[in-house]
Amino acid sequence: MNRTAHLIAVFLENKPGQTARVSKILADAGVNLCWLTIANNGTFGVMKFLVDQCDLAVTALKQQGLMVSLLPVLAVETDNRPGALLRVTDSLRAQNINLDNCSGFVAGEHALLLVEVPNIVQARATLEEQGFRLLSQDEMLRL
Amino acid sequence: MQLVGWCAAEIRIHNHTQANQDSTWDSRGYKSPGTMFWDRELETLARPALEKIQLKGLQETVQRIAARVPFYQRRFDALGIRPEDIRSLEDINRLPFTTGADLRSIYPDGLLAVDPDVPVRLHTSSGTSGKPKAVFFSSSDVSNAAELIARSLVMTGITRRDVLQNMMSYGLFTGGLVMHYGAEKVGCLVIPAGPGSSERQLMLMQDFKVTAVHILPSYALYFAGFLEQRNINPARDLCLRKAFVGSEPHTEETRHRIEQIYGVDVYNSYGLTEMNGPGVAFECEHKAGLHLWEDNYLLEIVDPATGEPLPEGKTGELVLTTLKREAMPLLRYRTRDITSIIPEPCVCGRTHRRLQRITGRSDDMLIIRGVNLFPQQIERVLMSFPEIGRNYLIIIDGLDDLTIRAELATGAFDGYVEHLAALQARLIERIRAETWVKPTLELLPAGSLPVTEGKAKRVIDNRSL
Ligand SMILES: [Zn+2]
Repeated sequence: MNRTAHLIAVFLENKPGQTARVSKILADAGVNLCWLTIANNGTFGVMKFLVDQCDLAVTALKQQGLMVSLLPVLAVETDNRPGALLRVTDSLRAQNINLDNCSGFVAGEHALLLVEVPNIVQARATLEEQGFRLLSQDEMLRL
Repeated sequence: MQLVGWCAAEIRIHNHTQANQDSTWDSRGYKSPGTMFWDRELETLARPALEKIQLKGLQETVQRIAARVPFYQRRFDALGIRPEDIRSLEDINRLPFTTGADLRSIYPDGLLAVDPDVPVRLHTSSGTSGKPKAVFFSSSDVSNAAELIARSLVMTGITRRDVLQNMMSYGLFTGGLVMHYGAEKVGCLVIPAGPGSSERQLMLMQDFKVTAVHILPSYALYFAGFLEQRNINPARDLCLRKAFVGSEPHTEETRHRIEQIYGVDVYNSYGLTEMNGPGVAFECEHKAGLHLWEDNYLLEIVDPATGEPLPEGKTGELVLTTLKREAMPLLRYRTRDITSIIPEPCVCGRTHRRLQRITGRSDDMLIIRGVNLFPQQIERVLMSFPEIGRNYLIIIDGLDDLTIRAELATGAFDGYVEHLAALQARLIERIRAETWVKPTLELLPAGSLPVTEGKAKRVIDNRSL
């Protein structure tokens, strides 16, 4: 099964109204935002998010002239209790895998950790060896 | 799409046969050993003979204006110069300069050297402030200008079989009409498209199998983005093989970029309205500097601050004297363009000396924190990064802060903030190394900056004057 989930990344100018612009494009296209994060370095921003209809969202954003990229991420399921997150990062670090970006959210009794790493194949193998469950895009959206 | 594909296939065969013919026949149907000439005799004239023509042109010009132009008469009187004092080309140093401000001060017709019914055409150069500079052409000036364009185009390999889309503005600006007349003289089919309306430009290029364009470099880059949006690969889907770019200072990197995107040879064209517009200097097939037509213009390089003549090879301001102009001759006109003379002869065999690519206008030079820099230096760095797109803006603020806003190239965004930050850091470092000023660099998504289809405004100086 395809276990690699994807985030949509949008490159934004650092000026007011940019996230609202993206939200409106998605809403107009009938796409639901499930989760989002914004990285801003002062002169530009990158907005990353998970949506229910990935292809539709990408098309709509590109049509409006935005720069869009799909970012593969590992969606690691952990228990919603203290220390669970640390176990994931530790096992990756043990294999010398640097975490580019890592963020999490909680859905019911599940906690989900989204991991961006340069070498996604190696990271997946490591995590699966450690007994973590990796969610596919569909599974993630069903949470 | 099918039509486009067919066109590309056809032109490949066409180009092939043309290449063979071009090596044996020049555009007038004469046998030629490879390099093409419009006027082989004048273009390859030995230097002493060329200088003799120059001296004759200079002496006649000085005599005529001394007799007919009160503006110059007053200056000659003030300097105690009589026309017969001009005995050699070196005597040019004794003559007064003419500046852009002079042209504005005598507006509209204070420099006419002919009766008022002689001129047949008027062009003006865009005035950034106040009155423009008005330039009159007699009938022989019009045909002379066309002759120089014909030499220029043919030396790049253009023949009567070419279809030239002239995407420069027609009207008061010389880039339209002057190029048009010259290309007609060569026998090309000339399409007077003018600038703008990218949709229509594309239609003309496809329907009439256009092989060459005359275009502003900034518009060539903008138009590339337009084609990309429509999934048209100009190198594959169009019949273009040559582009003539000019009337905006641009860099070698910009040339390479246009060549790569369009799959064409790009030739640098230099001209200015005050000197008839395009066709003053042009690159030959070797693309190694611009041959300036020295039988028509006397060429000097001077120190922009002192006006002192500089030797061959030294960089300074280009000063031109018209040698053949009838309606409105100009003596030692300060072009404000910064360049140098390439002393070595060109392998093409032409004896008319070459200029280096114009590195800037002396007016464009910026002084930031006591450092002199030209916007072109920044452009050169930006254009050497494939991740950077075509549009950029240089902003200088109150406290001598240099900010560069540069668009990312389409397709260069991979989703990682870290990669953008690293690119930003590399750009800042390269610009600092090139200009000695550390800029603030803002990376922007493609399409963020306003686009202009005319000359692009690249520098905004917000410092109080
Ligand atoms: Zn040459």
